[in-house]
Amino acid sequence: MNQMLNTERANNMTDSKISANKVQVYYGDTHAIKDVDIEIQPRSVTAFIGPSGCGKSTFLRTLNRMNDTIDICRVEGSIKIDGEDIYDPKVDPVQLRAKVGMVFQKPNPFPKSIYDNIAYGPRIHGLARSKSDLDDIVASSLQKAGLWEEVKNRLDEPGTGMSGGQQQRLCIARAIAVSPEVILMDEPCSALDPIATAKVEELIDELRENYTIVIVTHSMQQAARVSQRTAFFHLGILVEEGPTEDIFTNPKDKRTQDYITGRFG
Amino acid sequence: MSLFWLIVIVLAIAVAGYVVGRARALASAGGDMRILHSLPSYYGSNVAMKTAVPAFLILVVWLLAQPFYINGTVSQMIPESAVGEGSSLGLVMAEVRRAATGLDNAVASGQMTDDFARNARADFNDITARLKDAGQIVTSQITQPVMRAAQSYRIMVSTGNLIMSIVVILAAIAGGLWGLRETNKDFRARNTVEKGVRFILIAAASIAILTTIGIVLSLVFNTVEFFRLYPATDFFFGTTWSPSFSGRGGSSELGIIPLLWGTFYISIVALIVAVPIGLFAAVYLSEYASPKVRAVAKPLLEILAGIPTIVYGLFALLTVGPLLLSVFGDGGLGIMKAGTAVMTAGLVMGIMLIPFVSSLSDDIINAVPQAMRDGSYGLGATKSETVKQVILPAALPGIVGAILLAASRAIGETMIVVLGAGAAARLSLNPFEAMTTVTAKIVSQLTGDADFASPVALVAFALGMTLFVVTLGLNIVALYIVRRYREQYD
Repeated sequence: MNQMLNTERANNMTDSKISANKVQVYYGDTHAIKDVDIEIQPRSVTAFIGPSGCGKSTFLRTLNRMNDTIDICRVEGSIKIDGEDIYDPKVDPVQLRAKVGMVFQKPNPFPKSIYDNIAYGPRIHGLARSKSDLDDIVASSLQKAGLWEEVKNRLDEPGTGMSGGQQQRLCIARAIAVSPEVILMDEPCSALDPIATAKVEELIDELRENYTIVIVTHSMQQAARVSQRTAFFHLGILVEEGPTEDIFTNPKDKRTQDYITGRFG
Repeated sequence: MSLFWLIVIVLAIAVAGYVVGRARALASAGGDMRILHSLPSYYGSNVAMKTAVPAFLILVVWLLAQPFYINGTVSQMIPESAVGEGSSLGLVMAEVRRAATGLDNAVASGQMTDDFARNARADFNDITARLKDAGQIVTSQITQPVMRAAQSYRIMVSTGNLIMSIVVILAAIAGGLWGLRETNKDFRARNTVEKGVRFILIAAASIAILTTIGIVLSLVFNTVEFFRLYPATDFFFGTTWSPSFSGRGGSSELGIIPLLWGTFYISIVALIVAVPIGLFAAVYLSEYASPKVRAVAKPLLEILAGIPTIVYGLFALLTVGPLLLSVFGDGGLGIMKAGTAVMTAGLVMGIMLIPFVSSLSDDIINAVPQAMRDGSYGLGATKSETVKQVILPAALPGIVGAILLAASRAIGETMIVVLGAGAAARLSLNPFEAMTTVTAKIVSQLTGDADFASPVALVAFALGMTLFVVTLGLNIVALYIVRRYREQYD
């Protein structure tokens, strides 16, 4: 497995999916993210780790401009996806978010049926030509999220009635349904039990084939299990970024070493 | 002895009980507070409680029961023949009570001695003449049985009050002695007081419930009385409302349908105005407005809720009515005859309801978790898509509740109707015609000199009862809807 990952990584090193350059984020007067430069590889999982309040979630949210919904938040520097600056005034954040989907810390299914939860994105973006087309999108999204067998007979039941783990996979399926290229996950397993977590991690590993995934996590084991590259944030600074096993076995920075050995954080 | 002094005496006994009880407890412990089971004030409170609570309970029960007993006894004194044609025992009893009050007043103003007023053998003509001189007879001719009944009514009331005072004071003293007897250093006064406090709190909570029951019962009894005098089918299915205040309502036509129609028509116009405007305002305030705008706009909107409805009524009468008339009246489209109309009252009532709908909906929309919005924005939805497809469905149960609350306000509204919609009970589809509502008619039936035993006045209770049943039904429907959606969305 590792062998395979390594070759894949080598192939993809050449052109990155997301490239951030000198990114600064301010909340009012607070300088939350300082000078972050990072290249995120396509069709791989990149994990952001770091202690609470280090800015990893904030940085994640700049990648699909979710911070726009917060009035006092200001972003400087450049973030390019496929070479296109997403903070360019010509870019519509609504369309950007269709391309860069997001899964949140707490499962947040809409108060609608399972079917309508999945169909929500395709409907607002006009992705389905007909009802049967939409049915296909819903079915394939649920299949990709590994949820189809569990819910195929109760698609019209409310999404809020499922278990926490199922809800989170529903949210992932909902994100997949709009065919994004990038999926951002903000601590997707922090509200789940170990079994549900294992299922979601398995799913993330499968999704890597087709999507670029960026995941924020508090669990270093999780980062080690699911990611190919890991970035360590501390006090708003990107301390170190590199292949996951290098970060965990041979960190270059003292702070990274202290964090992964549990000396702080 | 007046009620006020009775209460003061009972309270004084309670205070004395407190002081004595506290002292006695301390004495039993030899002045050392630490030996006592409870703090000294608890012993005092225990005595005070046992003094006041039973005494006041007896007082309340007595005050409620005495009029029933006296009415029952006195009405037996009135022979069948004294109840005239087209009248009822209730009407005669009303006269008895008035005459008794007249006697009281005459005695109080010194125009009659108390002995004379009590004297059952006093000459009937003499006593009537004296009452007339004292200006205390306002009703029709007083007959001999009525005057005799009034005299004994008066006597029974004063004896009753005397006995009540004695019983209450004895109860207070007995309670105080009971409390004092218990008081010694091992008595668990704190636990007893705690139980007493609980009882008092329960009593306070029950009063709210009992009052509701009382209101309903008074409506029910008067409504039943009304239906004894006026056929129920004519009331519920009659399409004409024309009360006649003369001749004890004999020729009145009291059909509720025109009033109900007016109520619903005006309420519907009001809701058509208030619901969209209020809801859109709420969505703007909670989703679109910047914190600065919100901080100014929300209180401004809520000021509307603080305006007394009579001011809205004036606004309807002086501004909206003439304005509508200039557009739809003879000078314009010619479909409106006067300023007072369903449309006038409905529009103004709608304006009154906007802050109800918007303020409640705003709170409910704010209660929708931010995670829902994030989820929707994260999928690339715009603001209005998020509002329409995620936030409003999630907030729906609360919004339905807010609308139904506004609806019951609209149905119960009176002043705007009186000033804005006119007083004519009419069945019509034209919103530019004057109509009136149930509440406005309740007011007009009860203001004036109507006797509470005649159908034209009693009909107000039947109207009130109908309104009560309608709003109760509305609330039940609201609860049902809210619960149904909650099952689906939580």
